[in-house]
Amino acid sequence: MATTTPTALVTPRRGFRLVLRNRKAAAGLIILGVFALVAALGELIAPYDPDALSPALLEGPSGAHWLGTTNTGQDILSQLIAGTRGVLLVGLLAGAIATVLSIVVGVTAGFVGGAGDEALSLLANVFLVIPALPLIIIVASLLPSAGGTTVALVIGLTGWAWGSRILRAQTLSLRRRDFVQAARANGESLWRIVFFEILPNLTAIIASGFIGTVIFAVLSQITLAFIGVTSVSDWNWGTILFWAQSNQALAQGAWWWFVPAGLCIALLGTALTLVNFGIDEFVNPRLRTGGNRPVKGIRPRVGFTPVRRKETS
Amino acid sequence: MTFLLRRLAFYLVTAWAAITLNFFIPRMLPGNPVQSLITRYQGQLSTDATKALYALFGLDEDTSLWQQYLDYWGRLFSGDLGLSFTYFPTPVAEVIEQSLPWTLILVGLSTMVSFTLGTLAGAYLGWRRGRWTDALLPIGSFFSAIPYFWLGLIAIAVLAVAWPLFPSSGGWDGAFVPSWDADFIWSAVYHGALPAITIVISSIAGWMLGMRNMTVTVAAEDYVTVAHAKGLKERTVMFAYAARNAVLPNVSGFALSLGFIVGGTLVTEIVFSYPGIGYILYQGVSAKDYPLMQGVFLIITLSVLAANMLADLAYALLDPRTRQEG
Amino acid sequence: MNQPVLEISGLSVDYGYHDDAVHALRDVSLSLGRGEVLGLAGESGCGKSTLAYAATRLLPPPGLITGGEVLFHSRTGETLDLLRLPDDELRAARWDEIAIVFQGAMNSLNPVRRVGRQLTDVMAAHRPGVPMSVHKGRARELLGLVGIPADRMPAYPHQLSGGQRQRVMIAMALALDPQVVIMDEPTTALDVVTQRQIVERLIALRAELGFSVVFITHDVSLLIEMADRIAVMYAGRIVEDAPAAEIYAEPRHPYTRGLLGSFPPLRGPRRALSGIPGAPPDLASLPPGCAFAPRCPHAFARCEGERPELSGGRRLSACFLPADGPVAAVQGVAPVE
Repeated sequence: MATTTPTALVTPRRGFRLVLRNRKAAAGLIILGVFALVAALGELIAPYDPDALSPALLEGPSGAHWLGTTNTGQDILSQLIAGTRGVLLVGLLAGAIATVLSIVVGVTAGFVGGAGDEALSLLANVFLVIPALPLIIIVASLLPSAGGTTVALVIGLTGWAWGSRILRAQTLSLRRRDFVQAARANGESLWRIVFFEILPNLTAIIASGFIGTVIFAVLSQITLAFIGVTSVSDWNWGTILFWAQSNQALAQGAWWWFVPAGLCIALLGTALTLVNFGIDEFVNPRLRTGGNRPVKGIRPRVGFTPVRRKETS
Repeated sequence: MTFLLRRLAFYLVTAWAAITLNFFIPRMLPGNPVQSLITRYQGQLSTDATKALYALFGLDEDTSLWQQYLDYWGRLFSGDLGLSFTYFPTPVAEVIEQSLPWTLILVGLSTMVSFTLGTLAGAYLGWRRGRWTDALLPIGSFFSAIPYFWLGLIAIAVLAVAWPLFPSSGGWDGAFVPSWDADFIWSAVYHGALPAITIVISSIAGWMLGMRNMTVTVAAEDYVTVAHAKGLKERTVMFAYAARNAVLPNVSGFALSLGFIVGGTLVTEIVFSYPGIGYILYQGVSAKDYPLMQGVFLIITLSVLAANMLADLAYALLDPRTRQEG
Repeated sequence: MNQPVLEISGLSVDYGYHDDAVHALRDVSLSLGRGEVLGLAGESGCGKSTLAYAATRLLPPPGLITGGEVLFHSRTGETLDLLRLPDDELRAARWDEIAIVFQGAMNSLNPVRRVGRQLTDVMAAHRPGVPMSVHKGRARELLGLVGIPADRMPAYPHQLSGGQRQRVMIAMALALDPQVVIMDEPTTALDVVTQRQIVERLIALRAELGFSVVFITHDVSLLIEMADRIAVMYAGRIVEDAPAAEIYAEPRHPYTRGLLGSFPPLRGPRRALSGIPGAPPDLASLPPGCAFAPRCPHAFARCEGERPELSGGRRLSACFLPADGPVAAVQGVAPVE
């Protein structure tokens, strides 16, 4: 049988290069790079001030306004560009908070075992089952001022449970491996073992959890902005949709007002998902498609090995 | 049985945690929203409602926190969730009672349909991988990255405004009075179709991708190779050996993602002004109707817990290993 | 041994579909006589399991068969080329003619299907006209044959021990009275006592039912004891193929000698254990000459430039050393330099 090489014990640097070589992950990273560039440049490349009113009311895409204007004459492309920064910042901040929490809870639970593990796992499972979005909506609407940072904080504090569950399982299995046992027998300190033996081997799973949380955070903050719970003056893609919805863009057929923002959300989400595909295929070699390139005349099938006779030799 | 007992204990703890969280949220947040509310609803709030509001935010100086907590449980057990401001003076429990069935049917049915179709499609894609069908993966991930509510907006723009096949909002035709007659049920189905399609399309890709990856993983297991070596029919190998095992993590994933799905479907209801729990929550949020929001959150959490228990039960039936004694 | 039941000739297998594919099997030819027990030995990664899976087209992706034929001669005198059969005919021949006992006793059974059901489903698939009650009776009988009480029929695999599971797999292999049973390391995951019991039961069953066996293992001493003939594989090729007794008494290939030196004999006088220096070769970058040359204590100039062919009539071996040369004289293998 084809032997599967144990990939869990690959150094993070080499792993990153392996993930990069994956075509899905590379495509995802390129799209992410474009969004990051737009977020960084922001007002430098935006043709107009996103808040500036103009006499061009509710006009479709044109040379002056590539993505058209709102009912008050604001330029939608500029709003989209201004919103990119907000979306990425909140997403990354929330993802970072949730990832730190998931590492702390997950690795601790997996490493200490016993009653501590039971308690932490229970905590994670409770957070997992309680529907996060309604909770976030309620907390955000109770807070006196819900700006970007607050939203990121709330999302981060509620969205860590999934990652911690996976990290706990992986830590448990690592704890029983020889090299960790050996480090323990050598009397290495707990912190040393956690930071130098355990965490490097969890890099792929941590990265995948981080990306998953960023996706969740992006969707959540956009949803919050769309239903008008958070501040409607901070630009993000959800804010554009909020104004489009409250000004009857749908009924007026102003598709340019709500289509681009939605496509941006989907594109960003797809890019993040593609990177995660790359990480998944790295962690689970069975998911890799053979060489990633289909070959003419060969149908890879489980149970019926293809036969291709070479003409020569 | 131990598996189910353990799960039952877990649900009790989770229910307790959610209810307690619900008690503490308004108390932990800064500010004194009650005064502003009373000013806002000037003359509309009865003395009882004002008192309930003070109790809700823990501003009732005379009683200890512990006593407040006990009172909260007492009210909960008698089904008293306070009075709604938006629908004043209707009790929150009554508002929820009217909207819950709409959500249960819409979200329940469309989630089941989406799970079933997505799982079947994922099993097929995983089984046939390495073909042109693999191109469905990036398309699928694109669809799963689209927020439910935006797809709803598009659906309304295309199928209700530009090409008016379906109604754009509401749960039934205003000409009818809710009852169990055929006309009304037909009208409800007609109004529910577009939101349901939206939910199915935006959630189906997630199930499909998950099941596809599990099928690919399981297809490399020894017992699947054995099934091929035994010369069983392709259909038997695919369903009874590969998919049958691959579906297990999908079912437990179903339980765990319910909270997430419910969040997305609630916003779909908002877009379609569908008379369910999500729309009520939206009304509550817009009007800063705290009793209503809290009641809705509680009901959503308890419903998700109940659905989780059903999924666990299904899992126990599907996997003989959970039925093991000891 | 009389006329062969299975003839493999020129079988080549790649892992990968492109130019960078690894050649896991190169031009392998082997035949199995009717009623014979053929042992297939070699270190892990030498291609012995690949051979067994490729012969029945069960290699998982990215496996690819790039040449050769696998001829099966049935009892009725028909000859089937397994690599050219349409899917449905191959499916019909599988298990009915050639059954396989796989390596992992733990994972060979479907965890969510009852053991009895997994025994009867294969019978129902190949004998559709026969009533289920007959199949169930046969399943009970088969379990009895391998020493498992028939009341374990409704058990799930996790309720059985590792040894019991492997016995179930053997019972399953015999369900359709096949002519060839391929056993891929059937006992490696088990403890020595269970291993012993299963092998003994197997030898007894073969004597009773008369099927041929291809027994794959890295444990040569086990093969010496139970096989009629042994084929030794190295780096995707067969390097020696001879009757078991002769291999034991007088191995020709230095690699075979090394293998014999790595296991204690199960019976007879004790020998010093030596092992083979170096690591199994990387199939992706093999030397141009004999693949074993870098690890061989007797390698000389010719071995590095030219690859020895398998030759020698009844006793095949692929080595440039003279048949009665130094290998037979040297005890064990020289130490690593």
